[in-house]
Amino acid sequence: MAEATFLDSNELLVNMGPQHPATHGVLRVKLRLDGERVLGSECVIGYLHRGVEKIAENRTYAQFAPYTDRMDYVAAVTNGMGYCEAVEKLLGVELPPRAQWTRMILAELQRIASHLLWLGTHALDLGAMTPVFYTFREREEILNIFESYCGARLTTHAFRIGGLQYDLYDEFETDVRKFCDYFPGKIDEYEQLLTTNRIWMERTQGVGVLSAEDAIALGVTGPVLRGSGMHWDIRKAQPYEAYDKVEFDVPTGEHGDTYDRYLVRIQEMRQSVRIIRQCLERLEPGPIFGKVGKIIKPPAGIEVYHSIEGPKGELGYFVVSDGTVNPYRVRIRPPSFLNLQALDKMVRGHLVADVVAIIGTIDIVLGEVDR
Amino acid sequence: MRERLRELFLVDLLRGLRLTFSYQRPSATYTEQYPLERPPVAERYRGAPRLNNHPSTGETLCIACNPCALAYTENLIVVGWERTSDRKKMLTTFTYDLSRCMFCGLCEDACPVDALELTQDFEVARYSREGLIWDRSMLEEGPEPTRYTR
Repeated sequence: MAEATFLDSNELLVNMGPQHPATHGVLRVKLRLDGERVLGSECVIGYLHRGVEKIAENRTYAQFAPYTDRMDYVAAVTNGMGYCEAVEKLLGVELPPRAQWTRMILAELQRIASHLLWLGTHALDLGAMTPVFYTFREREEILNIFESYCGARLTTHAFRIGGLQYDLYDEFETDVRKFCDYFPGKIDEYEQLLTTNRIWMERTQGVGVLSAEDAIALGVTGPVLRGSGMHWDIRKAQPYEAYDKVEFDVPTGEHGDTYDRYLVRIQEMRQSVRIIRQCLERLEPGPIFGKVGKIIKPPAGIEVYHSIEGPKGELGYFVVSDGTVNPYRVRIRPPSFLNLQALDKMVRGHLVADVVAIIGTIDIVLGEVDR
Repeated sequence: MRERLRELFLVDLLRGLRLTFSYQRPSATYTEQYPLERPPVAERYRGAPRLNNHPSTGETLCIACNPCALAYTENLIVVGWERTSDRKKMLTTFTYDLSRCMFCGLCEDACPVDALELTQDFEVARYSREGLIWDRSMLEEGPEPTRYTR
């Protein structure tokens, strides 16, 4: 092999992460660079691996529920809801309406909270420092509602298998209504800061384009898929809880670039407010727990796959029962893990600075990727 | 042309700046001066555990039935009891390992008599790991407020 001089060794391998603020956790990306251009990338994951799926095999069904909160820790309510629903499907339990509406309200609030965190940090990554303060201010209001409802802000453990542990607190409806009234105005403020901002548009338009075909082939779901123009939302396609009884639109993008995904998420927040308003209308007093015994023991040999639309995409739980109090196997399909696969496709040919934008736009949480 | 002029006069940037400066008034401050000013926590907040006594008699409400210890598999709660002369269970020791606790509230749900409760106290930091293992007297009387030393 001939010795390479600095003139022809134009390919450079750079490690981005695992300790890098723009990778949102402990993601390590090996970048092959030609100058500033990215030729290829490879993700190294597993720094946050805790073996959640294996832990499930040694826990009872109820004991595993708090662990699900710790996967996608910015959307704990949604994670817990997906798991509870999967086990309820395994047991064949029907939920009382009050529990369903409550779950939907909290899940949509969590979607807004997750998108707010995404918006703030994504803008911060791209050099816009102001939005992060505003989005965290509104997120704080949502977390206060969670705290008053179930006693925890992030790792909520809000739902139990078969319904809710806690009934709504007295001022819940006023709190949520107040939030719904002023929050759309705040979204307008974020848009005022970003949507038409020259720098923001230059940094995001045409960056990280993912075509609809590629997105489907890679198994990408959630706002990333919808940003590519696909009209796919589990809430519409396979309605769970009572999503078939509420009206909402599924926003989609056109070009599949970072800017479109930003617009999709902004629209999703508006739609979530719309869903919450409808849920509040239908919330009536009633029982909050279905017919589930103290000891959860599903019949042997049943397996169930249940997926819900999390803030980041399709969140699925595959639960196998062997007739004991512990699940035989729990397999989790986290949206971030599959969405991360699209990273290589999206970064090729872009600048190193755009890699930061693209990692941000996928909206990954490493707790969920590594589990 | 219109687009060009917008670009030239930085209209969009100025609109954003106007919003930013509208928040520059002191009444819009959102910062909480933590050690001086304690945040109000919700009534249902799950913080430091407490073992409740009967308010009038002062006897423990715990009946040493053990579901709280079984509710969670990490063995963070150990309930010790002995049989009295009339074959009743009587609580002797109760340890709670906070370093393994994730404040999920499963033990609280399991308690049939409202003896074990997660309280609103959120300052549970200690200087050593052993300090996080709370015994019965600490759980009943509540932790001593931490005095920070240099």
